[in-house]
Amino acid sequence: MNKALTLIAGFVLASSVTINASAAKTLVYCSEGSPEGFNPAFYTAGTTFDATSKNIFNKLVEFERGNTKIIPGLAESWTISDDGTTYTFKLRKGVKFHSNKKFKPHRDFNADDVLFSFNRQRLKDHPYHTVSGGSYEYWNGMSMTETIKDIKKIDDYTVSISLNQPSAPFMANLAMDFASIMSAEYADEMMKAGTPEVIDNQPIGTGPFEFVDYRKDSQIRYKAFSKYWGGKAPIDRLVFSITPDASVRYAKMQANECQVMPFPNPADLEKMRTDKNINLMSQEGLNIGFLAFNVEKKPFDDRKVRQALNYAINKQAILDAVFQGAGTVAKNPIPPTIWSYNKDTVDYDYNPEKAKQLLAEAGYSKGFSTNIWAMPVQRPYNPNARRMAELIQADWAAIGVKAEIVSYEWGEYLARTKEGEHDTALLGWTGDNGDPDNFLYVLLSCDAVGGSNRARFCNEDFDKLLKAAQVTSDIAERTKLYEQAQLMFKKEAPWVTIAHSVVYEPVRPEVVDYKIDPLGGHIFYGVDLK
Amino acid sequence: MLVFLFRRLMLVIPTFFGITLLTFSLIHMIPGDPITVMAGERGVTDARRAELEAQLGLDQPLPVQYLHYIKNVLQGDFGKSLVTREPVLSEFFTLFPATMELAFCASIIAILIGLPLGVIAAVRRGSVFDHSVMTVSLAGYSMPIFWWGLLLIILFSVTLGWTPVSGRIAATMWIDENTGFMLIDSLLSDEEGAFISALSHLILPSVVLATIPMAVIARMTRSSMLEVLGEDYIRTARAKGLSRWKVIAKHALRNALIPVITVIGLQVGILLSGAILTESIFAWPGVGRWLLESIHRRDYQVVQGGILIVAMIIIAINLLVDVMYGIVNPRIRHARG
Repeated sequence: MNKALTLIAGFVLASSVTINASAAKTLVYCSEGSPEGFNPAFYTAGTTFDATSKNIFNKLVEFERGNTKIIPGLAESWTISDDGTTYTFKLRKGVKFHSNKKFKPHRDFNADDVLFSFNRQRLKDHPYHTVSGGSYEYWNGMSMTETIKDIKKIDDYTVSISLNQPSAPFMANLAMDFASIMSAEYADEMMKAGTPEVIDNQPIGTGPFEFVDYRKDSQIRYKAFSKYWGGKAPIDRLVFSITPDASVRYAKMQANECQVMPFPNPADLEKMRTDKNINLMSQEGLNIGFLAFNVEKKPFDDRKVRQALNYAINKQAILDAVFQGAGTVAKNPIPPTIWSYNKDTVDYDYNPEKAKQLLAEAGYSKGFSTNIWAMPVQRPYNPNARRMAELIQADWAAIGVKAEIVSYEWGEYLARTKEGEHDTALLGWTGDNGDPDNFLYVLLSCDAVGGSNRARFCNEDFDKLLKAAQVTSDIAERTKLYEQAQLMFKKEAPWVTIAHSVVYEPVRPEVVDYKIDPLGGHIFYGVDLK
Repeated sequence: MLVFLFRRLMLVIPTFFGITLLTFSLIHMIPGDPITVMAGERGVTDARRAELEAQLGLDQPLPVQYLHYIKNVLQGDFGKSLVTREPVLSEFFTLFPATMELAFCASIIAILIGLPLGVIAAVRRGSVFDHSVMTVSLAGYSMPIFWWGLLLIILFSVTLGWTPVSGRIAATMWIDENTGFMLIDSLLSDEEGAFISALSHLILPSVVLATIPMAVIARMTRSSMLEVLGEDYIRTARAKGLSRWKVIAKHALRNALIPVITVIGLQVGILLSGAILTESIFAWPGVGRWLLESIHRRDYQVVQGGILIVAMIIIAINLLVDVMYGIVNPRIRHARG
């Protein structure tokens, strides 16, 4: 026993002698879960994107930190042909790739890397297409294969992408995580070595942080990339300390074991506001929570009924009870952080008398019976759907509409609402790329009926507006079209727009220049520690 | 003894099939399929769904899937995680050392505290000490682990600042993974204060994980001791003039320990299931948290494979306990074998 103690003491002393010379500036981020892997093209979870594309990779174009504006990334500039189908990108010169034990880059980033990164996802016969399982959910989900006709290398620093038809949201898609640029040289070397899947587990990118290692379910370590084309990050080391429990994350922040955390418990917010160790940042989220009427079913095929039910709901009461202040009332189907948000839309105020009158006009003066479907899970746009449904049920009862609350397991809920089994259903959406099309077309177009259009709303005039906006790349023109679409949406009332949630992000007071990403990411380039 | 061993081993086979059948059918009885759950509001096209189902083998009829599963397991292939695409077995073994380290420390705490408490409570039967042990152990036994863990974190980590909140070592320490056991790896590294950091990270989670087994061991030791203390040979020993503590230590404790060993063996299962909650609270990167996360993600393969591996470990340990019990207490093996 004594011997063991001496041995331990010796080790402890020995380890304290070799003092770590560099006083490295380390930022610890208490992330909420383990990444699914290290190739962002395979996955759809924000947790994975934080650990990969947001910090170690670049895209051709990027979202400006803190908003959804598209700025040059690895492409310095671009031109779009007059017919809107050919995009030509001029690539940035002198961009270095990271290195690791298995790979030292011999050349700078060039057109080959762009072709490799896109063709791997696009072409079924690409040698890398099936490596590591090869399922590219986001690429498929954004219909990239159908959109892109061909990708050509003009010279080492020029790439041209031609499309099958004009697509205005295309640039926004290229700034998304799945479009991260990887090293073609690394891929070739690993293919030759017979270990192609290494490029997906030990990522090499051009981004501000280099991947060091991942200890499963525990932590991910990065170091600042000294040759980053945008200049080295102010911090030297970045650690993701994986902490799934929100209360524990808060405790770690208080003990200064980490400096930034996502997703606080709503119940802790009040305490965080007065905590001198915490700077509680907040921003409206890029999301919408809504109640969709199934417009194919009676009586919801009647606009007056939908309007009446809109008038009958006290949204402010819902916000207070369900979001506990962490949200704002929604009037448009897109959040105010997106361009083209129509400030002039007039929402249905809470007016039960007006509601009764409209119901009478529609021939339902005695009311009717219906159902409200409530999701079984918490989502950013709806922290408690059951409670929300109960409040709506009470509001409707006041105008004579009897509603029964229905709920299913999440997978079942999604499948059944997709089939249109519901009368009315609570659901929502979080934006992918800050383009209005990503909300309006995905959720309300005729094409989306039977898919994510849970209202099964298909209006010819409305659809025309959306389609016109898709084929122009003139932002001013698109803005006008979308503003018009929002007014038409409000009049037709296929949904009750309920709320946009507010995203909270507690950081330590030592953290300088952290910005909340409206797209929900956590980006540490540009962040410093006092 | 050989016959006894053989019979015990034969029992393992039906148990094994029982467990595979159970995990397999449980997973398929849970509502919701993994593809819908993973895709969420975004959804996948029907063609894509069919493609994915074919890839995962979910388009086959259930009996075929089960046979396929058994065949693979018998060849040592527990499948691949649907999410990370890593083999389940290799993921298990990267995480198992962390769970072992935690479970080992917790067992030591449970035994070192639980046993003496039980013995003293039995000897001082009816005293204030006895009543306190019984009350506290009952409380420990029924403690919700989530609440208990958070309570300790708030008191010792946040308010007093004595212990770290969670994880296995300070995030600023860059330790290389050699053995997977943080206490050893931290000694092998040249980071300053790494061992102390690793040790201090172990304290709260092991105490939390030890709570239930400790309570069980204390109560079991107490009742077993009480039974033995009432036996004739103890009275004889006392009558022969041996001192009270000598009788307890030499005669009573040895005999009382026999059933306690079985109970300690059975605690392994409880430890591993307790680890699921403890590891989640303390962000301890072990097998328990891995299983819980996989359930959230509907990662069928991991849940199926992981539970089966854990179950096999528990079976193996129980077998070991049975054999040890047979050695300590020959009556058992003769009576049944």
